Amino acid sequence: MKTKIFAAAALALLLCASAWAQDQTPPVQEIVEKANLMAYYQGDDGKAHVHMEITDSQGRKRKRDFIILRKDKEDGGEQYFYVYFRRPADVRRMIFMVWKHPGKDDDRWLYLPALDLVKRIAASDKRSSFVGSDFLYEDISGRSIEEDTHELAKEEEGFYVIKNVPKAPDTVEFSYYLVWIDKKTFMPMKAEYYDKAGKKYRVIEALEVEEIQGFPTVVRSKASNIETGSSTVLTFSKIKYNIGLKEEIFSERYLRRPPREAKR
Amino acid sequence: MRAFKLTATVILLLLAAVPALAELPVEINGFWEVRGGLRTDKDPNQRDVSLGETRLQLDMSYEFDWGVLRVRPDLIWDDVDRTRDIDMEEGAGVVDLREANLLLYPADSVDVKIGRQILTWGTGDLLFLNDLFPKDWVSFLIGRDEEYLKAPSDAVKVSLFNDIANMDLVYTPRFDPDRYIKGERVSYWNDALQAITGRNAVVHADIPNDWFDQDELALRIYRMVKGYEIALYGYFGYWKSPAGQAGDGRAAFPGLNVFGASVRGNIFKGIGNIEVAYYDSEDDREGDDPFVRNSEFRLLVGYEQELVTDFTASVQYYLEQMQDYGSYRDSIYPGMEYKDKNRHVFTVRLTRLLMNQNLTLSLFTFYSPSDRDGYLRPSVEYKVNDYWTVSAGGNLFFRNEDATFYGQFHTNSNLYAAVRYAF
Repeated sequence: MKTKIFAAAALALLLCASAWAQDQTPPVQEIVEKANLMAYYQGDDGKAHVHMEITDSQGRKRKRDFIILRKDKEDGGEQYFYVYFRRPADVRRMIFMVWKHPGKDDDRWLYLPALDLVKRIAASDKRSSFVGSDFLYEDISGRSIEEDTHELAKEEEGFYVIKNVPKAPDTVEFSYYLVWIDKKTFMPMKAEYYDKAGKKYRVIEALEVEEIQGFPTVVRSKASNIETGSSTVLTFSKIKYNIGLKEEIFSERYLRRPPREAKR
Repeated sequence: MRAFKLTATVILLLLAAVPALAELPVEINGFWEVRGGLRTDKDPNQRDVSLGETRLQLDMSYEFDWGVLRVRPDLIWDDVDRTRDIDMEEGAGVVDLREANLLLYPADSVDVKIGRQILTWGTGDLLFLNDLFPKDWVSFLIGRDEEYLKAPSDAVKVSLFNDIANMDLVYTPRFDPDRYIKGERVSYWNDALQAITGRNAVVHADIPNDWFDQDELALRIYRMVKGYEIALYGYFGYWKSPAGQAGDGRAAFPGLNVFGASVRGNIFKGIGNIEVAYYDSEDDREGDDPFVRNSEFRLLVGYEQELVTDFTASVQYYLEQMQDYGSYRDSIYPGMEYKDKNRHVFTVRLTRLLMNQNLTLSLFTFYSPSDRDGYLRPSVEYKVNDYWTVSAGGNLFFRNEDATFYGQFHTNSNLYAAVRYAF
């Protein structure tokens, strides 16, 4: 009898504990890590066709099309990116490649086909515009979570709102940014950037999320520059995960000679 | 003028045909461009118009399972150089074939590219040490797009890849010289006449041109070490621009071997590079032949950084050191202009991107404190939309003396403007 009481008590305690756990907000570090994996490390590798539409404050549009390849060395760690431009004509066959090293400077290259030139580009300009759009280089390959300190600013309906403050403020143009992370999927759905005066000047939003091969995936996103009035929409198509990209694709060889995977 | 109208009509018809061609499995792209320029100073031996041309470039490629075929011709109507006869080597006439090659993947670790191709390696920015592929100095100095600085090579490139080090071997069965300065469009310092000359004294050269005998071999061995790109280079061929005089008085391309190395990678907040090369002028190893350029040691140190968003600065220091300088000084005739032992050059490139990177302001400066001369390349480029680009710029030389490297070009200073439609 005594044992039965104990068992019941243990069970009750267990139920309570799990109910408590469900209600409990995970530690900030865990939220940030999960969101980082969700946004940039789905599968072991991936490929997508990207259509970019830049609209300036006067409504003039410019379009770019590129194919992006990604391969992870380890989840949350080292990564490779390869971006092959298809349109417009003046950037056609140009390639941008990144070896992302969280915690230290990335290695980055640009290939200019008309000159057969492999150009190394500095890691310090990660915060400049990616091909004239409202997305920055760092938005494409992801900002390392080690570069900011994170705190849970608030919880809103369905979202954790994380405040991210740069550890090296003089290397970036923002003073902090807020990220809305979906409580269920851990997908970052919105980011707001605040300048040194504390004014919001830049917003990135996920407009559409689809499940692809079981991975929740942002298929449309938008970056808006509140100061200049321009915005950029990215539309992803032909998304594929775990296609078995070889590590060697992300090398000088394949800058000069793009692999089939990168071209169609 | 009638011929010009005809060319314009042909170009328009070709442009109209592009959508129809796009239906084929062949990928066709390209651009159409009009470009004009004027000299800022009078040169008695040149026309005042430095550039007046229109060109249509077609870039066609077809992909097989086993490789890629690419053909990229430029169709040109040039009002300054009215030579219409096609010269595939010099790019003169109405067609300049930029590329015509077949890229093959014979094995997992081997790529082969055969045919006419543009080749580049090395770490310099508009300064070349171990890149001995042909350059088109005329196009560069008169204000054509920077892509035309690279002249095509007719070669076989074999690339071998493995975990220890990758290797590129480029064999050019017949010597491909630079499209060098010969006075036809760009005036230069004429050593024989001890004066700047142009169309009054065009260079006649004795170009090595025996197939499989007067050939070139270039190789590069390279790998990444902890994020640094390290490369070793070798070249066995000829000086790429005239570097001597043959017995009959014609300009000569003496034999040349080059050995070098480079390293490039992240340093401080930017990209740093160092490159060295030894130029072994094999026909004048003693340095005492006044008709053959001496051997040289060359050094380049460079650094590039984005100072603020969309504003990038890069600086380079370049040294060209003549070997056996004493023998050289003893060998030249009294009263002739002579070179310094060391030619020091500093370059600064400033690039500012504005208006969502649609407007590019750029200034490239070469300055030599030893020659006391320089060369400024300012440019402005605006992308009107995804198809049209307008640009303007200049090639401005300043000097203390006529005989120095940049100084000799001072009568060629020019301003140019261009409109391009890309498709």
